[in-house]
Amino acid sequence: MFKATVLIKRRSSILDPQGVAVEKGAKHLGITNIKGTRIGKLIEFDVDVNDRTAAEKEVTEYCSKLLANPIMEDFEFNLEEVK
Amino acid sequence: MSLKFGVVVFPGSNCDHDAYYSLKKVLDYSVEFLWHKDTDLKQSSVVLLPGGFSYGDYLRTGAIARFSPIMNSVISFANKGGIVIGICNGFQILLEAGLLPGVMIRNNSLKFSCKDVYLSVDNRDTIFTSEISKDLLSIKIPIAHGEGNYFADEKLLEELILNKQILFRYSDADGNVNDEVNPNGSQLNIAGIVNKNGNVMGMMPHPERACNPTLGRTDGQLIFKSIANYILN
Repeated sequence: MFKATVLIKRRSSILDPQGVAVEKGAKHLGITNIKGTRIGKLIEFDVDVNDRTAAEKEVTEYCSKLLANPIMEDFEFNLEEVK
Repeated sequence: MSLKFGVVVFPGSNCDHDAYYSLKKVLDYSVEFLWHKDTDLKQSSVVLLPGGFSYGDYLRTGAIARFSPIMNSVISFANKGGIVIGICNGFQILLEAGLLPGVMIRNNSLKFSCKDVYLSVDNRDTIFTSEISKDLLSIKIPIAHGEGNYFADEKLLEELILNKQILFRYSDADGNVNDEVNPNGSQLNIAGIVNKNGNVMGMMPHPERACNPTLGRTDGQLIFKSIANYILN
């Protein structure tokens, strides 16, 4: 079995209003040197197969068809084998 | 073909009854609800995806609704030329399903925006807009969304213009389009688009909330009447 960690990031060419809002909050807190805040998603789950290639294939399909919208987001993932 | 609207009900839809009421009680059209777990479109000649927060807007707006069993039927219906209209969350679902191009991101104001807006009508020669008289400089329809900021890359925007796929743009009462009247940051003030074939339309404003004369707005009727006329004639 593998433990998958998926990171989804919005493409840099696309505005991230959420990141802009959060950064405004930082300014209100007096944290002033923060620039270019962008918010993505971290998604964790288990993949119940023993073969790494099969796990990679399934996670790639999950990411490209559902977890990320390929028009505006990129994804990367890490697979850690667990016993 | 007989006229029958099918209104899809997803978990989290909240404009399904408004749509049903306006189509049935105000406009006297035949309407039926379509449950998201079913696959039967019940001989609908028009499928309407209503507004709301399907599946809690989890992951991305419309992302999970797009995989509901009913959506497989809606996608093949649309690909065969069937008429589909997505309103607000319904528009977001059509984008996620790939039936319409582009994506929706959060309003640039970061606020949920709920108010009447004016729309300039850029193409009146479609299934969805033919009943909108040229004398009308704009139509008045309410919006209610937090994520209606339409984004497309330059190439897609050029394509939308070239193919006359942009139907509605946020404007003032005289139909002038500018940044001041853009409620959400949408590129080119886009409020509604149609696919290349002209049978699938998505719009953020709510025409079903602008049908009943008692409530003071009736411009939404023009969109449903356009569809009805197309089917009946």
